[in-house]
Amino acid sequence: MRITQGTFSYLPDLTDDEIAMQVQYALDHGWALSVEFTDDPHPRNHYWHMWGLPMFDLHDAAGVVYEVNECRQAYPLYYIRVNAYDASPTRQTTALSFIVNRPPDEPGFRLERQEHVDRRLRYTLHPYAADRPAGDRYPPTMPER
Amino acid sequence: MPTPGGTDQESTTQGPTDPAARSRRASPSRLPADATVDLAAERRASGIDEILDTLDRELVGLAPVKTRIRELAALLLVDRVRQGFQLSASRPSLHMSFTGSPGTGKTTVALRMAELLHRLGCIDRGHLVAVTRDDLVGQYVGHTAPKTKEVIKRAMGGVLFIDEAYYLYRAENERDYGQEAIEILLQVMESHRDSLVVIFAGYKDRMESFFSSNPGLSSRIAHHLDFSDYDLDELMAIAALMLEREHYRFSEPAERTFRDYLQRRMRQPRFANARSVRNALERARLRQANRLLAATGRTWSRDDLMRFEPEDFLASRVFADEST
Repeated sequence: MRITQGTFSYLPDLTDDEIAMQVQYALDHGWALSVEFTDDPHPRNHYWHMWGLPMFDLHDAAGVVYEVNECRQAYPLYYIRVNAYDASPTRQTTALSFIVNRPPDEPGFRLERQEHVDRRLRYTLHPYAADRPAGDRYPPTMPER
Repeated sequence: MPTPGGTDQESTTQGPTDPAARSRRASPSRLPADATVDLAAERRASGIDEILDTLDRELVGLAPVKTRIRELAALLLVDRVRQGFQLSASRPSLHMSFTGSPGTGKTTVALRMAELLHRLGCIDRGHLVAVTRDDLVGQYVGHTAPKTKEVIKRAMGGVLFIDEAYYLYRAENERDYGQEAIEILLQVMESHRDSLVVIFAGYKDRMESFFSSNPGLSSRIAHHLDFSDYDLDELMAIAALMLEREHYRFSEPAERTFRDYLQRRMRQPRFANARSVRNALERARLRQANRLLAATGRTWSRDDLMRFEPEDFLASRVFADEST
């Protein structure tokens, strides 16, 4: 199941040129870019690992695309996203965030039901990938189960 | 298309929002093999003539440098036209080294170079990032690589200008981190040729020993430009340009005095060409202001406020040394 987090996630994966154009849009607005990665696809997992520090004072998207590719090389089977932070007063939040890399095989989520008092049910999502230890969640080819 | 005249500057620095710049970067429309192109029209459209003309107008002397820039501009223009016929050639290496005495205009030319390369569509933004050893080399193990890479990322799409580049390499200390910065630069100069132009600048003799100890660097730099010292007439022309910009002028005798001043100053140590001229004029402004204020009981016209008199220069230390 293809996860859909952040901007453009319902579109086909962006090519490097398209990533560069989106990054350039962010740079033209004066937003600081950063690259983050994770192997935990849960939608409420907000804190991904940082790939280096956020990048300030950039003029051209080539620098960000370079870091994205470096990160892809190190973590080809992880989710990687690009964040653009708008530091201007009254906004001061992430203005744009999109996934630029995802594992080839995304097993998806299982719905878990929890019995609660008075026969009430509580629901939660559990990513199948999280059954495996961190760092080993997306092997290049999924083993037979 | 950038319009001629004063708005030029803005349209080039905008870069990304300038649709012409983007289309220039993209490969031009395909032409059939039997088509012909009007190079003069291409040249007009690119707007390089304006930059070359301002270069001629605002920079005195430097004939070999200007010639090389013209050649480069011609090559890049022809390359772009060739692309229209699908005659692809690898992009020429644009990394440069500027050598010359202090105050010969290395930084100024680098700034113009960034603008020129942007006009020709070689680089996307046309900004200049000027750095020295401090910005590239770290203070402890593992600090240098991220620091250098950050600077390189900032410069991408523009020109990275490394002033006093010879400080990067310290022969006396083989564990100096400068070597690491040089290695990263070398690697990026090859792999990111399309998005980055690196210019090394410094004084001639020290740059030569820098290059001889880093042969790999020297061979990756295609253009070695040497900035020669200015002679007296060129310095006077530079002074005239500076005064015009600041709305000052020499009186007749003051011009002769200033010429005399320069002649004496050139013989002294630490003469820094155009920079010394600028400093001399700055000091003259101080003395002129003082002179105007000191003379009480009269009014000054607009012309008086613009004019330098000989005594504004005669008070200088350069003349004082001579008399003692």
